[in-house]
Amino acid sequence: MVSDQPARVGLFVTCLVDLFRPSVGFAAVKLLEEAGCTVEVPRLQTCCGQPAYNSGDKADAKALARQVIDAFEGFDYVVAPSGSCAGQIRSHYPEMFADEPAMAQRVQHLAKRTYELVSFLVDVRGMEHVVARCAGVVTYHDSCSGLRELGVKQQPRQLLASVDGLTLKELPGAEICCGFGGTFCIKYPEISDRMVSDKAADILATGADTLLAGDMGCLLNMAGKLQRQGKEVAVRHVAEVLADMADEVAPMGAPEKR
Amino acid sequence: MLATSHNFKSNVHDALVDATLQKALGMMKTGFQVKRAQAFAKLPEFEDLREAAKAIKNHTLEHLDFYLETFERNVVARGGQVHWCRTPAEARETVLGICRRLGAKTVTKGKSMIAEEIALNDYLEANNVVPVETDLGEYIIQLRKEPPSHIIAPAVHLVKEQVADAFRAHHTDLDPGRALPDARTMCDEARMELRPKFLAADVGITGANFLIAETGTSVIVTNEGNGDLTQTLTKAHIALASLEKVVPTLEDTATILRLLARSATGQEFSTYTTLSTGPRRAEDTDGPGEYHVVLLDNGRSAMLGTEFQDMLRCIRCAACLNHCPVYSAVGGHAYGWVYPGPMGSVLTPSLIGVEEAGNLPNASTFCGRCESVCPMKIPLPRMMRHWREREYEKKLSPAPYRTGLSVWAFFARRPALYHVMTDIATRVLGFFGRRHGRFRTLPLANGWTQVRDLPTPEGRSFQSLWAERQRKKAA
Repeated sequence: MVSDQPARVGLFVTCLVDLFRPSVGFAAVKLLEEAGCTVEVPRLQTCCGQPAYNSGDKADAKALARQVIDAFEGFDYVVAPSGSCAGQIRSHYPEMFADEPAMAQRVQHLAKRTYELVSFLVDVRGMEHVVARCAGVVTYHDSCSGLRELGVKQQPRQLLASVDGLTLKELPGAEICCGFGGTFCIKYPEISDRMVSDKAADILATGADTLLAGDMGCLLNMAGKLQRQGKEVAVRHVAEVLADMADEVAPMGAPEKR
Repeated sequence: MLATSHNFKSNVHDALVDATLQKALGMMKTGFQVKRAQAFAKLPEFEDLREAAKAIKNHTLEHLDFYLETFERNVVARGGQVHWCRTPAEARETVLGICRRLGAKTVTKGKSMIAEEIALNDYLEANNVVPVETDLGEYIIQLRKEPPSHIIAPAVHLVKEQVADAFRAHHTDLDPGRALPDARTMCDEARMELRPKFLAADVGITGANFLIAETGTSVIVTNEGNGDLTQTLTKAHIALASLEKVVPTLEDTATILRLLARSATGQEFSTYTTLSTGPRRAEDTDGPGEYHVVLLDNGRSAMLGTEFQDMLRCIRCAACLNHCPVYSAVGGHAYGWVYPGPMGSVLTPSLIGVEEAGNLPNASTFCGRCESVCPMKIPLPRMMRHWREREYEKKLSPAPYRTGLSVWAFFARRPALYHVMTDIATRVLGFFGRRHGRFRTLPLANGWTQVRDLPTPEGRSFQSLWAERQRKKAA
C-alpha cells in the first residue's frame, strides 16, 4: 500500500541526468507523484561533489556538499535517481564533516532523509507495483554504490515484476562493477575497457533486448560500450520503464528517428 | 624487490595484452569466489565472527607495545629470541647473522610475504647462502626468477604448461622426455626434488600468520605441510613476522582462524595449522635447535594513530584480491611491488611512499566489493581515498587532471552560472550528436571515447526543461 501520508520531496536530479537524460528526471517526478509526494527541484543544486571527493580534493568536495545541504534544507525527503549520489549524501557527507561539530547535526539530518529513488518508492512509500507496460526481455545491472552502500537489490526487481509484458532475465555477475567508477574510466581507460567489455559479454549472453540499471554513470558506460561494439541492446534507466515512458523516450544513444 | 608501481599504467597495458596471463587469470576468476561463498553460507555466525575478529585486532593495535613485549617475554621464557627490526635491511642482516653463526649453506623457506618485502632471497644468495622455496607456488616462481603475483597463490598468473617448462629447464637430472601432463604429476616431481633439500637444510625460515602474546607462539597455516618440514628439521627456525601479527591469546587466534581459511580458499580450516613455541626441548623427539622471531616494523608503527591504522587488522587472506575486478583484469605483477590488489593499494603507499605507488589507490572504481568480503571489515575504499587526498595535497596527481577538476568545480560551485553553461552545452552536444545518437570521438573526451561511444545528451538540461514546465504551469 502506498503511504497516504503527504510528503514534500526535494528531487536531487544528479548532474548526469541533468546533462544527458532529463527524461529520467521527469520519470522520477512522475513516480514520486504517483507515490503521493509533492516534488520540488531546488535550483541551487549542481552536483553532489563526488568527483572532487574521490579525487582527494576535500575543499571543493566540502563546498559542494554545503551547497547541497543548503539547497535541500526543509524537505521531508531528498530523493535521487542514483544510488551513487544518494550514497554520497547518505554515507559520505557525515564522514566529511565529522570534524565540524557545528555542521554535524545538519549533515546527519540530511543524510537520514536522503534516498535512492526506487528504494524510496518501495521501502519508504510502500509502493508494491507500477502501472506500466514494456514488452520484451530486460536484464538488470546492480550498480555498486546503490547495492553495497544502500542495499538496493530487490526493490527494482519487485517493481519491474509488475510491469506489463516485461520479462526479467537475471544478469550473471550483476553485482560486479561495470568499470565506470567516475573519473576511473578516463584515468584508466584500458582497465575500464576490460571491465565493461566483460560486462557487455555477460549482458549479450542473457539474450535480453533491454538493459536497465539505476545509475546514469554505469548506464552511459555500458551503453557506450555496447554501441561501440555495434550491439542492438536498448539501454535505459530503470525509472523510465517504471514510469511507463519506454514508448515515448528513445533508448540511450539511439539515432534520431527520421 | 625493486618497485615498478610508478609504471602501473604500462604494466597494466602489458598485462592486458598478455594472452597467457589473461588465460590464467580467467581460470581463477570465479573459483575462489564460489568456494568462499559456499564456506560462509554454512557459517551463520559469520557476521558476529567478523565483529569479534575486528575487535580483537583493534584492541591489540591500541595496546601494541604491551602485547609485543608480552610476546617477547614468553618467547624468551621458552628459550627463543625476538629480534626487533626497524627496516628491511636490519631484518635481512639479522637473518644472515643467524645463518652465518650456524655455518648455514642452504635454508629452506616456507611461504612468507615478509621475506618478499625485505627481498631476502636475493640478499642471501649474494651472501652465499642458498634459499630454497618449499611452498609449491613459491618454488615455481623461484625457478622462474619472478615475484609472487598473489599473496596466497603466488603462481596464479601461470598456466600449467609454463610450470612444466620451468621444471624441464631446472630438473635437468630427470628424463627430458618425461610426461608432465597435469598438476598432480608436477606436484609429485616437486616433492621428489624438495625432499633431499629439506633434509640437507641448515636453517628453516617461515612466515607467521599469528604471534600469540600469552604463549610466545608463532602460527603458520599451510596446505602442503612444507612449513612443518621447513621448521622442524633444521638447526634453527626463523619466523619472519611484521609487528601487527600479534594477538593476545590462543583463544583470539582460534577466533580469527575461523575466518582466515574460509575467506582465503573457502576451506573451513587449512590442511595444516602449525603452532611453534620455542626450540626443541630435551624431551622432544624433533624440532629446531634454535627458535627466532624476526619482528619487522618497516613503517607500520607510523601507521598507528593515522587514518591508515585499520589496515593493520589485515590477516592476508586475499579475499579482496579474489573479488577485485581490477586485480582479476590485470593480475598481481602490474601493481609493481609485493602486495597487489586492494590491500596492496592501501598498504604499498604506506610502506614505499605515495610518490612511488600513487597509481594504486587511484586505480579503483570504489565498487566496494573488497570491503564487503574483508573478514576484518577493513574500509579499503575509504583508505584508498585517504591516499588520494594525500596525493592531492602534495600536488602529485597529473596536472591536466587537476586543472580539469578545478574548472569543473568552479562552475559546479556557482549554480546560476552552471545552469546557463549546462543548458548551452546540452543544446550544442544534442544538436551535433542527434543524427547518430552518440559520439565516436569528442574533443577533450578521449579518455572516454577511445574505448566506448558517448551517448548524445537529449538536447536540453533537466533544470531548463523543469523551469519551463513550472512557468507554463504558473501561466
